[in-house]
Amino acid sequence: MSDYQNPRSPESSHREVGHREQHGSLDTFPDPGLPEHKSRQADRDPRAAKRAERQVATLFGISAIGTIVALVVYFVIPPDGTTAGVRLSTLALGLAIAFALLGIGFGAVHWAKVLMSDHEKVDERHPIESDPETRTAAIAELEAGVKDSGIARRGVLKGAVISALALFPLTIAVPLVGSVGGDWNVSKFKHTLWKRGTRLAIDPSGRPIKAADVTIGSVVHVIPEASQEEMQSHEWITEKAKAVVLLVRLDPRDLKSDQSPEGETWSYDGIVAFSKICTHVGCPVALYEQQTHHLLCPCHQSTFDVADSAKVVFGPAKRPLPQLPITVDDEGYLVAQSDFHEPIGPSFWERLK
Amino acid sequence: MTTSTGTAAPQAGARKGAAPTTPAGKAADYLDQRTSIGVAVKEFARKVFPDHWSFLLGEIALYSFIVLILTGIFLTMFFVPSMSLVTYHGEPASMNGVLMSDAFASTLNMSFEVRGGLLMRQIHHWAALIFLAAIVTHMMRVFFTGAFRKPREVNWLVGMLLMIMGLAAGFSGYSLPDDVLSGNGLRITDGVVKSIPLIGSYMSYFIFGGEFPGEHIIPRLFTVHILLVPGLILALVALHLFFVVLHKHTQYPGGGRTDTNVVGFPLFPVYVAKAGGFFFVVFGILALMGGTMAINNVWNYGPYDPSPVSAGAQPDWYMLFLEGSLRLMPGQTEFVIGGYTLSLNVLIPAVVIPGLLFTFLFAYPFLEAAVTKDKREHHVLDRPRNVPVRTGLGVAFLTAFIILALAGSNDLIATHFSLSINTITWVFRILLFVGPWFAFWVTKRICLGLQRKDRELVLHGHETGRIVRFAHGEYIEVHRPLDEQERWLRVNYQAHAPLEIEPATDSRGVRRKGYKKDKRLQRLSRFFYEDRIEPVTPAELAAAHSHGEHDALESTSHEQIEAGTAAVGGGRDLVEPEKGADER
Repeated sequence: MSDYQNPRSPESSHREVGHREQHGSLDTFPDPGLPEHKSRQADRDPRAAKRAERQVATLFGISAIGTIVALVVYFVIPPDGTTAGVRLSTLALGLAIAFALLGIGFGAVHWAKVLMSDHEKVDERHPIESDPETRTAAIAELEAGVKDSGIARRGVLKGAVISALALFPLTIAVPLVGSVGGDWNVSKFKHTLWKRGTRLAIDPSGRPIKAADVTIGSVVHVIPEASQEEMQSHEWITEKAKAVVLLVRLDPRDLKSDQSPEGETWSYDGIVAFSKICTHVGCPVALYEQQTHHLLCPCHQSTFDVADSAKVVFGPAKRPLPQLPITVDDEGYLVAQSDFHEPIGPSFWERLK
Repeated sequence: MTTSTGTAAPQAGARKGAAPTTPAGKAADYLDQRTSIGVAVKEFARKVFPDHWSFLLGEIALYSFIVLILTGIFLTMFFVPSMSLVTYHGEPASMNGVLMSDAFASTLNMSFEVRGGLLMRQIHHWAALIFLAAIVTHMMRVFFTGAFRKPREVNWLVGMLLMIMGLAAGFSGYSLPDDVLSGNGLRITDGVVKSIPLIGSYMSYFIFGGEFPGEHIIPRLFTVHILLVPGLILALVALHLFFVVLHKHTQYPGGGRTDTNVVGFPLFPVYVAKAGGFFFVVFGILALMGGTMAINNVWNYGPYDPSPVSAGAQPDWYMLFLEGSLRLMPGQTEFVIGGYTLSLNVLIPAVVIPGLLFTFLFAYPFLEAAVTKDKREHHVLDRPRNVPVRTGLGVAFLTAFIILALAGSNDLIATHFSLSINTITWVFRILLFVGPWFAFWVTKRICLGLQRKDRELVLHGHETGRIVRFAHGEYIEVHRPLDEQERWLRVNYQAHAPLEIEPATDSRGVRRKGYKKDKRLQRLSRFFYEDRIEPVTPAELAAAHSHGEHDALESTSHEQIEAGTAAVGGGRDLVEPEKGADER
């Protein structure tokens, strides 16, 4: 190392001891070589070796028994359909298989450790890099190949080959990317099933909710009213993923604010409805604390104040949960005044466009 | 054995040596004439591998992967990767008559109706957790012992890719049953993907084939989980092991172990038995876990429904750091710029933080090589104490990882210890910045302390507890010198020094090109190697044995230690010069 020539350079100020060069041949200890081999009990005592052999054989025997037990268990203890039955079958089969495997494993390892030769061997290592002659020969081979191909002189050919190879992946990539995203109509993020007059229904039964039935302090998980048939489809799950709403009835005096603009009322008699999809990364915000009017997302603990426009009071979310404007219809059922006035759920680049 | 070869095959007859007579010999001869397998057997059968328990960590990873394939094949026989909706009939009673996807229904069916199905599912899940745990601990072993140094940098990269593929395998498999818990995990993924500027929405469509959740994601994840990712893992494992054979395994330092040899036991029979046996041990323990420890009882969560979510839900452990990272980020960092939304509150924790962590791991071997300017091959491992800054950086990295993982469980910590979740979150936010720095500092000091302790031991030997009183009344404790093996372990290392660089201007006063780059590298190199403890030299040991000379030497080094540690505010040195006399 270069520093040995400059032990007093400023960079070496922290060196503890740096006087090697002054001691000449005394600067390193010699390698003492391999430690002396210590013989094991089984190497010295034939009876110990015999005992070890019996132990190994016993372990392999345990394995064989384990396999037989596993087969017996498989046929004798079928899962009877109940959770307890399945558990029993799983436990018995698992234990038997474990014995079958561990017997082999411990047997083999024990054998290697106590009976097989434990004299260490030494192999030489060789440098990983190829020697200079090989390198020279390899380069010569490549050069000969390049010369044979004529690629160096034929510029047009080189360009053509590179272009063709660079272009051909498009034949697979374009159809794949084109189809893999469905219709690529990302503006769907901005709309939900809610529209003027859609009744609020209880999730998951789908029963519409009368304003009078919602008591102060209660919280209801809400979906837009839909036919049973609609609710059995895949489209429904995707739509529901955007449309779920949490409805809370507060004492109107506790309601500090909501998101309705000047001159409009989005709540009804202390009943407010907010999107249940977290504005952070989209988990359902499902934990309501009655005393504080706080809504907590169990995934990342964003906390929203329902009494104050669902503003964020803690956690990784930035924006309030969008409010669903609601009112009641002629029969007293809660209905939406319109869709949400902004996209629900997590932020995305063109969210406000 | 040297009988006539007249009836043997012409080729065999033409060769020197005997025609085989035993059935095994005949089979080997048949095979060798067609594959020249003799060359491979001669080369590899008695290949030497060093022995150490920490070398088993990588084996655990490999064996859990084999268990994953075996149990995985079983599961694919019964799993239906489809999101078509069906009404389930069967056990458990709580799920009878519930509308669910084929994926969820077939998961229930294989758990309750297929004999051994639940066992296989549970072994598979536990094996996945152990697989990643083994990868991570194996990487720790490789990092802290410097096994990533030349010529193994490329294999470190292969290992990194394997870890990332492992994460991908775990994530894609976890989501397959289409239950509420994993569905919410996918939803979080969707939210993270949407936060990517410009293309986020399209990326979401790319993954889900439309809006979340759609009906494509389970079949797509299935293909990723059983074809794409395991295929890549298999290829990378093959490459990883090819490099292990090519480079020959590293070995821990000790007498007779050098950079030009490898000391250990032969592959056949020792490692055939040990490593082969160890596969059965790993498999057996996984079977024990699968049989006795329930995991991911999806029927308790129910099929995916976008509305419900359970409190206290946790991802598998290897995803906790991402979850914690998301939880810690304050929400104020979302901005609207020119009408476009930039969600740094999601982007930083979910993309930037893991990006930084992985970049550190990818880059570290090259960084260390650059600041060390060391071009030699290394096959003898470092003791972690002998490279204090590397060890400190590794511990700092782990500290950050663990703090993030704990933050991913902050709700459970809150409920189990009756603490405020807001307080816990704030504590973790601060710890994430302070903790790794503190861990680095403490670890580095501990390493330097251990090195000083080694020096002390080499110079003055073991304390024996025997007190001797001299005629003139002086008491001393008798010290026993180290034997040469003990000493070799403690002196056989190199304390790298910071880089020396060419001056900024050449002899004619012209500014040198590349000086600034060199200067930066030198600054980094000083960070690595400024504080260091040199190994004891024979001269020092000799000096320590003769009282007077030893004292003179020690007192100068004593001052240097004090000067060195004062700069970083560290503790006192462990070398007590007066004790040198005790060895006589």
